[in-house]
Amino acid sequence: MDFLRDNLPYILAGISVGGQYALIAIGYTMVYGILRLINFAHGDMFMIAGLMGVYAVTWMPLYAAIPFVIVFTVILGFAIERVAYKPLRSAPRMSVMISAIGVSYLLQNAALYITGGLTKTYPNIPWISETIKVFGATTKMVTVVTPILTIVLLVILSLLIKYTKMGMAMRAVSRDFETSTLMGIKIDSVISITFIIGSFLAAIGSVLYFTNYTGVMPTAGAMPGLKAFVAAVFGGIGSIPGAVIGAFIIGLCENIIKGLGWTTFSDAFTFALLIIILIVKPTGLFGEKNIDKV
Amino acid sequence: MKKLSILMVLVLAMTAFMAGCGGSGGDAESSESGNPVVKIGVFEPASGDNGAGGKQETLGIQYANSVCPTVEIGGTTYDVKLEIVDNESSTDKGPTAAQSLVSAGVSVVLGSYGSGVSIAASDIFGSAGIPAIGVTCTNPQVTEGNDHYFRICFLDPFQGTVLANFANDVFQAKTAYCIAKLGDDYSVGLCNYFQKAFEGLGGKVVYETFPEGNSDFASYVANAIKANADVFFAPVSIEAAALIIDQAAAQGMTMPILASDTWDSNVITGAATGKDIDIYVTTFYQEGGDPEFDAGIKAWIESDSVNLANNNGNTDLAAVTAMGYDAYFTALEAMKAAGSIDPADIMAALPGVTYEGVSGAISFNEIGDANRDVAYVKYFNSEAGAWELKGAQGI
Repeated sequence: MDFLRDNLPYILAGISVGGQYALIAIGYTMVYGILRLINFAHGDMFMIAGLMGVYAVTWMPLYAAIPFVIVFTVILGFAIERVAYKPLRSAPRMSVMISAIGVSYLLQNAALYITGGLTKTYPNIPWISETIKVFGATTKMVTVVTPILTIVLLVILSLLIKYTKMGMAMRAVSRDFETSTLMGIKIDSVISITFIIGSFLAAIGSVLYFTNYTGVMPTAGAMPGLKAFVAAVFGGIGSIPGAVIGAFIIGLCENIIKGLGWTTFSDAFTFALLIIILIVKPTGLFGEKNIDKV
Repeated sequence: MKKLSILMVLVLAMTAFMAGCGGSGGDAESSESGNPVVKIGVFEPASGDNGAGGKQETLGIQYANSVCPTVEIGGTTYDVKLEIVDNESSTDKGPTAAQSLVSAGVSVVLGSYGSGVSIAASDIFGSAGIPAIGVTCTNPQVTEGNDHYFRICFLDPFQGTVLANFANDVFQAKTAYCIAKLGDDYSVGLCNYFQKAFEGLGGKVVYETFPEGNSDFASYVANAIKANADVFFAPVSIEAAALIIDQAAAQGMTMPILASDTWDSNVITGAATGKDIDIYVTTFYQEGGDPEFDAGIKAWIESDSVNLANNNGNTDLAAVTAMGYDAYFTALEAMKAAGSIDPADIMAALPGVTYEGVSGAISFNEIGDANRDVAYVKYFNSEAGAWELKGAQGI
């Protein structure tokens, strides 16, 4: 029991931060599956969603603010794709990637301009920011809610991809971009839907993440974004369950390493893991060629 | 022949242009009022990790400038103009900001909040021959081994020892948990001095660091609880502090948090109000120490929405604001003593300058540090949401 009481906080923190990474990682992995593009602006979208949350509660009541943040992020994700990526559809892949890096810096600097560089404190959301006791360990409700919500969203998303027409179109596009166009699939709407789903999950992730770690600053999206990207690569980029499992593993390992007293190396570990995976198994855990990629 | 004459004209035009913008440090310009102008550089962060603190320190300097916008040097009245730059709390961007102050031709520099950036920019001021007055940079390395950096605040070895004594005297602490940011001269330095002093008193220290950009402090708080620490020593930046407070409250941490001068900020008051935690900090100035100054600066902050936003939306005073105010007047004293606005003369005059500021008497020792032997310890009353003076503590 003592062992559990001592070590439970790390496991709880790991699972919850893992779930939050997972929600971001799905956005990376889906966009990669469809477009073969690493959307570097995704982490900053997550930050903008957090910042919007801070401002939205001052404009409207809380029950309206959260849907507003989600809708705003979805529209932003959609707009970024239309403005910065769509015109480059026939350009070499490198150009789109550079465009993504440009968008990332644009969002960061816009946030710097709006906030004046100061950290904004994320509002308290009732219920999920309450303090609760789990087997003797005290933590916030959000820690318990995050993994459950992540799994539920993952299941819904998988069903969507497996059983709807749009899901079928997505699978087709991820298999073969050109052929699916010839078969009459509206490629632009498939890509837009992908960005909309990715942004939606990033917005939910931002509500959970910033409820737990309440400081929103212009660079707040960089580190979670990078780690979610590592999680996506770890799980096999293009595979949605892979991204989620990768994110949970990274979240857990990070916190267990901190718990062992090697706090200095917690970030180094994540990136060392990326290098090892790329050397030993470049396709990641679930990134086999014959597995459906979306 | 024609080509040659064009070339000549070009060369002449270039020379004229270069002469036009070749104003070097200390050159007097005239302002709207007809008075010559002397420029004071404000080298402070307005963004990044220390943005909030830097802005509050700058507020003190700006207020001092609004109170006393002119200075009489050697029989001439000069208008004082502040050149404010943002060093972004970053040791790699700081030197660029410092360089822009040098190019602007400032006579003396104030700042920075955060020792790391001050150390990084020190050489640039040094090679330009411009004296700098550190306002709240407390790391010894800032003034060590150079003649141009001075400071008006106490030092980390002093502050670390004070806090170690405080932990020992007040809490009878046997184990202390220390946390610092990797590569941050300020927090790593303070943890070292605290550790040295605390172990000297027979205590045990658990020391951990977190990397840049980390916002997940859940495991650090859990580590402190697991180590059965009696005090939690966290001399970190305000941004990290707010996150630590939040996690400590979420995990029901009962040990008191000890912290350094950075925590004396209304960002902390905002984060900790209504939460069940104990916070003790050492600081330079306690609100109420000089009622006239308090009232004046509060009215001034309230009069302008930009100032109010820079002070985190309310009029609670941070100690760094009072220090910024004192630093400005110390700089004016130095100019008066030098009788000139030439940076070299000001540098020569600075060691002998004394000034009675709102935060106490200021004079410099041979290294360029202020002679200070008392720090105020404040306790945060989280129910009332206000700081309470616990008393002054020496070594």
